Amino acid sequence: MFKSSLNSINEIFAKIAENATLYLPSDNKDGNAVYTKWENGVVWSNSLNTVKSPKDFFFPQVEDMMAFKTEGKNIEINDIREESEDFVVFGVRACDVRSFDILDRVFLVDPCDSYYANRREHGIIISVACTKPSETCFCKTFDIDATNPGGDITVWKTEDSLYWSANTDRGRELLSKLNLEECGDEAVNEQKAKTEAILNKLPLANLNTDGFGGDKTDALFDRPEWKTLSESCLGCGTCTFVCPTCQCYDIKDFNTGNQVIRYRCWDSCMYSDFTKMAHGNNRLSQVERFRQRFMHKLVYYPANNDGIFGCAGCGRCVSKCPISMNIVKVMKTLGGND
Amino acid sequence: MQKITRDVLVSKAISLLEDGNVSHVLGWRKGEFDYDITPSVFSEKEDIENNFVWNDFCGANFSKYLVQKTRKLEGKILVFLKPCDTYSFNQLLTEHRFDRDNVYAVGIPCEGMADISKVKKICGEGISSIDFDGDNILVNTVYEDAPIVIDAKSVLSERCINCKSKKHVAFDELIGEEGEIIESGRFDEVEKLEKMTPDERFEFWQSELSKCIRCNACRDVCPACTCEKCVFDNPKSGVENKAPANSFEEKMFHIIRAFHVAGRCTDCGECSRVCPQDIPLHLLNRKFIKDIDNFYGEYQAGAEVGSRAPLVDYTTEDVEPSDIFEGRNG
Ligand code: SF4
Ligand code: SF4
Ligand code: SF4
Ligand code: SF4
Repeated sequence: MFKSSLNSINEIFAKIAENATLYLPSDNKDGNAVYTKWENGVVWSNSLNTVKSPKDFFFPQVEDMMAFKTEGKNIEINDIREESEDFVVFGVRACDVRSFDILDRVFLVDPCDSYYANRREHGIIISVACTKPSETCFCKTFDIDATNPGGDITVWKTEDSLYWSANTDRGRELLSKLNLEECGDEAVNEQKAKTEAILNKLPLANLNTDGFGGDKTDALFDRPEWKTLSESCLGCGTCTFVCPTCQCYDIKDFNTGNQVIRYRCWDSCMYSDFTKMAHGNNRLSQVERFRQRFMHKLVYYPANNDGIFGCAGCGRCVSKCPISMNIVKVMKTLGGND
Repeated sequence: MQKITRDVLVSKAISLLEDGNVSHVLGWRKGEFDYDITPSVFSEKEDIENNFVWNDFCGANFSKYLVQKTRKLEGKILVFLKPCDTYSFNQLLTEHRFDRDNVYAVGIPCEGMADISKVKKICGEGISSIDFDGDNILVNTVYEDAPIVIDAKSVLSERCINCKSKKHVAFDELIGEEGEIIESGRFDEVEKLEKMTPDERFEFWQSELSKCIRCNACRDVCPACTCEKCVFDNPKSGVENKAPANSFEEKMFHIIRAFHVAGRCTDCGECSRVCPQDIPLHLLNRKFIKDIDNFYGEYQAGAEVGSRAPLVDYTTEDVEPSDIFEGRNG
């Protein structure tokens, strides 16, 4: 365990940024935290979390995959992807650290998604333990410990200090370069206990996953409550775009006039044109599309991933849905919660 | 705080249901933390008694839901309309988007709705419950023993600070006192934008619209956006797009949408309310409203059913394109 004073944080950021691009949550002019490239003057946000998740670092909303040029009968295919340089993401919360594991299980299994893998290899994650969780947080439901977030390096924040501990080899390598003072873990344990007490008081502290899991398709699929739960869903996709674990994308071609650029962009199961193919749409009504999002997180994903749920309890969809319908309400209605 | 209590609306809803005048009620459903309210269809007395809410967080405008719900549900639907919602209601009727006979509209007064993000800027995270007491909002959080007292006026949402009308322009029945049309300062911000140089203005919109994540919430909540299939969702349209591919395309979506709703946008403010990125979309629409007022005479979309919007109408008095051009340069 290493210690630094909170006042010296900019010097530490500067040191990290010497070797790699550093991103961290910083408030924009609306007062919302956004992952921002650090340079002198960029201030680390006090907000609990960013509106958009750090998923963008590994699975960006839009990315160019390749380009084609045709001349007569010849097609030239160009690899136009941008090779990632090393980068560091600082300030990631425990829920979002879990989201990377959830995405890894999709993108890194055979056949491995080389675009994603490339970014994962180049990105170092410095997590920061939560001290002021929100009412919309329910990471605990998925056995995520907000006081011990993981990643390559974990940081704990107290009134005036930061405590650092590395969890991986590359984390240790980076940490050793920061020349921080060694220390015991008393202060961290004290802070953990404080946060733990708050986590237990949160309104969603007792939300549980009873009634969900890989074997629950039959029990849940035809439940009549889907209709009422989804009745005012706008199908807007905000929930999927702010979600750190939503992983669906579309691949499209953009004809620039002299070449065709093939790119991928996030897609949403909430959209009427989602996976529209030659045979048409496979989910014709909003009830079916709505059900898909939650069944994927709470049933299909765990079915394919050793029982791990596809939600990290970050609460973004809870706070951003225009009609305040979300996974918590779905779980309370369909699961074993009172 | 709202002057009309929840109980008044609940007994109105239940009596209309029980008398068989309506078979469904569009209302606000209670959430987990007292502010996360979901627009909902109620059809049982018990459900209404337990779950219907009316408080400073009932901002959602139900008018657009009538398009779908009147098609899907059997029987008459009771809808509660705040003054601003009645404009959307009329505009949708003007566009023949739902059958008026299937709806029973009850106008309710509104003292303005709170913006939860403004509340949270004051009380921070960790809200466990919210109470109302006179002009104050009392917020209980897991961090404080005593409730945090917030003056409701200090957290009014933008559209309510600049409310254009406390008068209902459509209803079958009115609860409470009728209000007046208000001279609001809703064009003040637009004027500031007009005073900017083109470069400054471009910079302003560039920085705002580059925050857009193209979640489509603004479009999907908009009562003027009721196309059965939006061009942006139609793979055959050639402009379908799920992401802001570049900064040009990013602005295109919003500018095209603003043009499409010009003269039909009632300035209900739903787009700005739902935007997860806090983009002031209402400013784009208000610029159109202000220009229409300027060039064609005052016009409020939705003020009455059946009015012909200036941009889809022709009169010999119409402004000449050259005047508009001069207006822009002058
Ligand atoms: S659940 Fe909410 S955020 Fe998601 S598509 Fe429906 S209305 Fe939009
Ligand atoms: S479903 Fe909601 S709470 Fe769960 S990870 Fe996604 S945004 Fe967060
Ligand atoms: S969900 Fe848990 S880890 Fe995420 S921000 Fe909230 S408390 Fe922290
Ligand atoms: S609601 Fe906001 S972020 Fe979403 S598409 Fe509209 S402007 Fe963009």
